[in-house]
Amino acid sequence: MGIHHKQQSGKKYILLIIGISVVVLVIVVGMLLSRMDIPVLMPKGIMARQERDLMFEALLLSGIVVVPVFTMLFLIAWKYRASNTKARYEPDWDRNTLLESIWWGIPCLIILILSVITWQSTHALDPYKPLTSSVKPIKIEVVSLDWKWLFIYPDQHIASVNLMQIPVNTPINLQLTSDAPMNSFWVPSLSGQIYTMSGMSTQLHLMGDTIGDYNGVSANISGVGFAGMKFVARVSSNSTFNSWVVASQHSKQKLGVDEYNTLARPSQNVPASQYALKQDDLYDTVLMKYMAPMQDNTMPGMEMN
Amino acid sequence: MFGRLSFDYLPHELVTVGGVAAGGVGILLGIAAMFYFKKWTWLWKEWMTSVDPKRIGVMYLVVAALMMLRGLADALMIRAQQATSVGSAHGIVSSDTFQQVFSAHGTIMIFFVAMGLIFGLMNLIVPMQIGARDVAFPFLNSMSFWLYVSGFVLINLSLAIGGFSGAGWLAYPPLSEMQYSPGPGVDYWIWSLQIAGIGSLLSGINFVVTILKMRAPGMTLMKMPIFIWSVLGSLSLIVFAFPILTATLSLLALDRTLGMHFFTANGGGDPMMYVNLIWAWGHPEVYILVLPAFGVFSEVVATFSGKRLFGYTSMVWAIWAIVFLSYSVWLHHFFTMGSGADVNTFFGIMTMIISIPTGVKMFNWIFTMYRGRVRFTVPMLWFMGFVVTFTLGGVAGVLMAIPPADFQFHNSLFLVAHFHTMIVGGVVFGMFAAFNYWFPKFTGFKLNERLGRYSFWCWLVGFLLAFVPLYILGFMGATRRLDHYDPSLGWQGLFIVAGLGVGVICLGVGFQLLQIGVSIWKRNENRDVTGDPWGGRTLEWMTTSPPPEYNYALIPTVTERDEFWALKQRPKKAASAPLEPIIVPNNTAAGVYIGAFAFLFGFGFIWHIVWLIIVGLIGVIYSVLVRLSEDTTEHEISVNEIKKTEAVAAAKRRKLA
Amino acid sequence: MSKHVDEMAIEISHEEVVNAKVTLGFWTYLMTDCVLFASLFATYAVLHGNTFGGPSGKDIFDLPYIFVETMILLVSSFTTGLAMIAARKNNKDQVLTWLIVTGLLGAAFLIMELTEFSHLISDGHSWTVSAFLSSYFTLVGTHGLHILTGLLWLTVLITKLFRQDITSTLMRRLTLFSMFWHFLDVIWVGIFTVVYLMGAL
Repeated sequence: MGIHHKQQSGKKYILLIIGISVVVLVIVVGMLLSRMDIPVLMPKGIMARQERDLMFEALLLSGIVVVPVFTMLFLIAWKYRASNTKARYEPDWDRNTLLESIWWGIPCLIILILSVITWQSTHALDPYKPLTSSVKPIKIEVVSLDWKWLFIYPDQHIASVNLMQIPVNTPINLQLTSDAPMNSFWVPSLSGQIYTMSGMSTQLHLMGDTIGDYNGVSANISGVGFAGMKFVARVSSNSTFNSWVVASQHSKQKLGVDEYNTLARPSQNVPASQYALKQDDLYDTVLMKYMAPMQDNTMPGMEMN
Repeated sequence: MFGRLSFDYLPHELVTVGGVAAGGVGILLGIAAMFYFKKWTWLWKEWMTSVDPKRIGVMYLVVAALMMLRGLADALMIRAQQATSVGSAHGIVSSDTFQQVFSAHGTIMIFFVAMGLIFGLMNLIVPMQIGARDVAFPFLNSMSFWLYVSGFVLINLSLAIGGFSGAGWLAYPPLSEMQYSPGPGVDYWIWSLQIAGIGSLLSGINFVVTILKMRAPGMTLMKMPIFIWSVLGSLSLIVFAFPILTATLSLLALDRTLGMHFFTANGGGDPMMYVNLIWAWGHPEVYILVLPAFGVFSEVVATFSGKRLFGYTSMVWAIWAIVFLSYSVWLHHFFTMGSGADVNTFFGIMTMIISIPTGVKMFNWIFTMYRGRVRFTVPMLWFMGFVVTFTLGGVAGVLMAIPPADFQFHNSLFLVAHFHTMIVGGVVFGMFAAFNYWFPKFTGFKLNERLGRYSFWCWLVGFLLAFVPLYILGFMGATRRLDHYDPSLGWQGLFIVAGLGVGVICLGVGFQLLQIGVSIWKRNENRDVTGDPWGGRTLEWMTTSPPPEYNYALIPTVTERDEFWALKQRPKKAASAPLEPIIVPNNTAAGVYIGAFAFLFGFGFIWHIVWLIIVGLIGVIYSVLVRLSEDTTEHEISVNEIKKTEAVAAAKRRKLA
Repeated sequence: MSKHVDEMAIEISHEEVVNAKVTLGFWTYLMTDCVLFASLFATYAVLHGNTFGGPSGKDIFDLPYIFVETMILLVSSFTTGLAMIAARKNNKDQVLTWLIVTGLLGAAFLIMELTEFSHLISDGHSWTVSAFLSSYFTLVGTHGLHILTGLLWLTVLITKLFRQDITSTLMRRLTLFSMFWHFLDVIWVGIFTVVYLMGAL
């Protein structure tokens, strides 16, 4: 009976190893089958880089607890399995001040360190904190709509739908609102996300440090067209960016209040397009919609000029 | 006359129609079987009107199990959609249906599966473990159960008519407001949760009073089994958190039905208020779910190590640290809403602090095994699986507790993987361990060990297959709740693996169902006549298996922790106290009626049928008044009856021993 | 002889046990009701400034009127206390008197509140206008609903008292009612302060 039990436990651990190998194998195969692009771990923007480094710091610190937990779990489970009658059996041993101090104390210490890291990083990576750079920042006003993203460049007098083009190594000051349910502006390659809400304006500061096209999504469900609410964040050279701005300024499509009202109507999987901006304070107008009751028909909430 | 109810709201999509048809056939078969076997009276008298917590507990488990099947079906659909809806393919369901599927999945799993399992467990175990015969308020107990059933009926009815909410399991406004969700779906969500939530709150009050006022003589608080401490912690959270849910659901309902502006996009409404309120409830909720699971593991590890739980006092402190801290962390669910660095930092640090008592518990469990004699029965396997998964999920949680890191994880599949790891690895594994552990107590025979092992391994491997890819997908920038994506992203392979994982989990569920069936079929081989099949430590193992209606003929006197274990080591002389008649509450139909009228009330609100709302409300009030004015609510079990029951049990023991 | 005493002791302690359980249970329920009101207070605190172009508290609150309401409710709490004192003295008639007075006062409070509400609505200041008005009507209205429930409960108790003596069960239920009524009074003091005083000043 005892030997049978030992064989059973031995079989258990072999099974465990096989099981884990299978899992690992399947995952590796799965990943090989897909192209490996891991934006959060291979970022292309300075905010995302710092956020990733933070993750690794926290992971290492957590390891101080996790590694002993796993090691002790399996060692102790193995050594004190019932079939191992050689192991000491003390059914009433239930306390040890030293041990308890260690596993109350060390986690407290780790959390203390993590708390300092948290304080520092949360303030340093605050989405509202402007980036330090000698380059003049570009201001983009973002409006999440059903179900596309509108990017207004007030200083360049252009606007763009589902394409946010920015010059490389340039600080970008985003102001964001919504004219739709709550959304979340997220370009994982460049930076962390921020919620967009109607009637409220929030901020995000980011900077791309590698030229390329990066995926942008909304990370908060906003209705049936939510999955199609993708945009491209294009980090380009200065000259490419400037050409794009000029081309947009000469775009046949204009964006004023009337065009905006049409654009704001629900639509899905909208292709990227550029506009010449007819009204520089369009963003404020959108924001004001939610501040006071409807007053006329041109735009709900907009005062007659 | 019937509000906005109309045939237009019947389902059109094939998958939904199929689901409704399957459910309908199941219900009809069930009803047919009841007629065929002539079991209606038995069902009414022995189960539906029962106020015995042992019966109510089983009913909770049955309903929770049914809901788990539906939740798993939803999970399969989610995985199938996300594995196939790539590029020009659009998967198996429309976007609208997909959004209803994942909203239903989350809502059902949390409110009806997890809460149902927890309350089922509390009903079955708490009175016996504290040496009591019943809960403090037996009628309230029945009423709570039937309110839970009322919510269960509403949420399942939404499949057949009207459709469910597509706004996620927490229905954030403004998406959940009339402007963006004008149909009955969000109203189904509101009312099934509101009604079931009141049931939960009443149970919370009921069990708090039970634990505080009905313990066996001599059982001081520090002599209570650790499972009872865990439950008490969970109950404290229920009592102080569920009213917030009640309030918040009411405010959303007022917005939707009376045109108020709490959370609307205009009118000065503030959706951020909803987010704060719902998570002020929502975070304690997850601890409500996991604390009893921790309690189960404490009992299981101690019993199967043949050893006292390490650091009992520490464990108690850890429970209360978790309870208090859980009220100070809610903002970590929306670091990305823009509350500013100071606020985010505070909540981030509080969130990390809460990992300390949880870690302490892990070490205490491991060191309970140290210098023990550990038997790796099925419950212990679930424990081992729990430590592995929960620890990993906890690490993911620590990562997300740092606000800037969370900016990259929030609402991604990394988050989804994290909370599933905690809830499946923690709560579900705990409930499965509890089921295998306490099954023999209520049936008199053990569950088949081998099938239990197979189900465990399928669940563990399936879980890892299903959720490790999701952690990776989160790193790849995959946000949650997507019903379609581009092939160039390279996500599909991982989604396929995840789908396989859910398939393996379903195999595990299949083994569990088989385990139950085979165990019942072969119950004579697995009989336990002692009432104590595992070498238990706590009072419930003193009773026969199954226990008599009154649990204990004589309420035991407790002199130390793990009283039953101590009695076995040093048997005391049998108490010579005389038997006395036992007062036992009568069955009552009032709970069933209240549940039924509550259902009508909710249905009326959902479909804007004013007269039905009034009927439901008056019905509930009337039923309560009738019940409160009943003169005889209890009956006596005479000493002779007790003696007879005890004698029969003893004879059975001798016969089968 | 000793056996008879033992039986009585058992009966008394059964009653005591029930009392202890029910009282603790009801206190716990009051705590949950407190959390419910706290949520509504928090909501009011956050949203009371969101008038969306409509009126604010200053514009619509009539402090003298509310003061009268408050006094009515406070007195009704006092009369409930008098009823309880009479109950402990087993003076059924006095109990009935004070309970009926409490009921009338409570009804007066409710009528005044409903009148205030209907004036607001007819002036166009309904709950559909702004978040401020929504949260005002809901907080004050929820309290009013509790008062209404209390009055229904009181009616049942008074009816029972007409027909029978003060049994231990009835005494227990009267005690619970008085706890509930005092609790509602405390909540009203909160409302009076946070909503009306702070709003109008």
